[in-house]
Amino acid sequence: MVIINGNAADAAGKTVSQYLSQTNYAKNRVAVEINGEIVPKSQYESTILNDGDSVEIVGFVGGG
Amino acid sequence: MALNKQQAERYVRHFTLKEIGVNGQKKLLSSKVLVIGAGGLGSPAILYLAAAGVGTIGIVDHDTVDSSNLQRQIMHGTEDVGSKKTESAAKAVRAIDPDIQVNLYDLFLTPDNIMDIISDYDFILDCTDRFETKFLINDACVIAEKPYSHAGVVRFEGQAMTYVPGKGPCLRCLMGDVPHDAATCKELGVLGAAVGVLGSIQALEAVKYLTGAGDLLCGKILTFDGLSMNMRVHSMPCADPGCAVCGKDASIRSLNKNNSDYRTDGCSIGGDDVS
Repeated sequence: MVIINGNAADAAGKTVSQYLSQTNYAKNRVAVEINGEIVPKSQYESTILNDGDSVEIVGFVGGG
Repeated sequence: MALNKQQAERYVRHFTLKEIGVNGQKKLLSSKVLVIGAGGLGSPAILYLAAAGVGTIGIVDHDTVDSSNLQRQIMHGTEDVGSKKTESAAKAVRAIDPDIQVNLYDLFLTPDNIMDIISDYDFILDCTDRFETKFLINDACVIAEKPYSHAGVVRFEGQAMTYVPGKGPCLRCLMGDVPHDAATCKELGVLGAAVGVLGSIQALEAVKYLTGAGDLLCGKILTFDGLSMNMRVHSMPCADPGCAVCGKDASIRSLNKNNSDYRTDGCSIGGDDVS
């Protein structure tokens, strides 16, 4: 299991890209932090979520 | 440059801070900071920069003060409704310290004019209210090698980061493409004290950059949620080598006015309709 925003999710083996599109996150609205470090956007296709990973999906807002 | 008697009295609380002191105060007084957007984020940012003694403050906005601004844009008051935001902001700065040089830019920021405007400043604050303008500022600052503070807020929440050339990621490293369909404060609402937290953080980052105090939000992004009171700092120590503007094979080398990333359909920066 992967812990995503504090909840266990059956996402091990998926890439960051696959997980975001399956959960309807817009790729350009979020940063994805895995085990304490944000994954560069260009590595979403090649970064695979592993069992035990702790993932935070951080949303961006544009107002001001 | 020596401080005069009035300055020595005014900034005495800074002198006690070992991170600032008299030398740091002299740096602030000789610094130039550009604030883009004189709305919810810009209000506390401009007031705190003025109070801190930043010698020259540039203010960009092409909007007028509306009564619906007043619940959060604390630099403007009831009597300013209908006035240019730049003029109202200059009045607020002069009320704090008439010796501060204020440069006003009552205009829409575009790919054609932004490079000229930012070229004169040491540090830039993105206090705008939409992603299209935030990406225009990001790309311009990366190309011009200017440090800047990003922030965004809606409802009770927001984020902030600081870009320093060659020292960490830019906004495109974190976000990729412009989310053109992002909901605005007009649609989602926004609380003044929440936007005030982020605008104050931007002023703090500017003062820290100019004086060399502490650690910047460089290589990091701070997120704040005023409902849960969670404030977190997420780490992204390195720029994305594949970034379209700061990566080694960047496709954006200059600002193209036809780039749809920056298109805001003529809406103003810091505009009342969204900020």
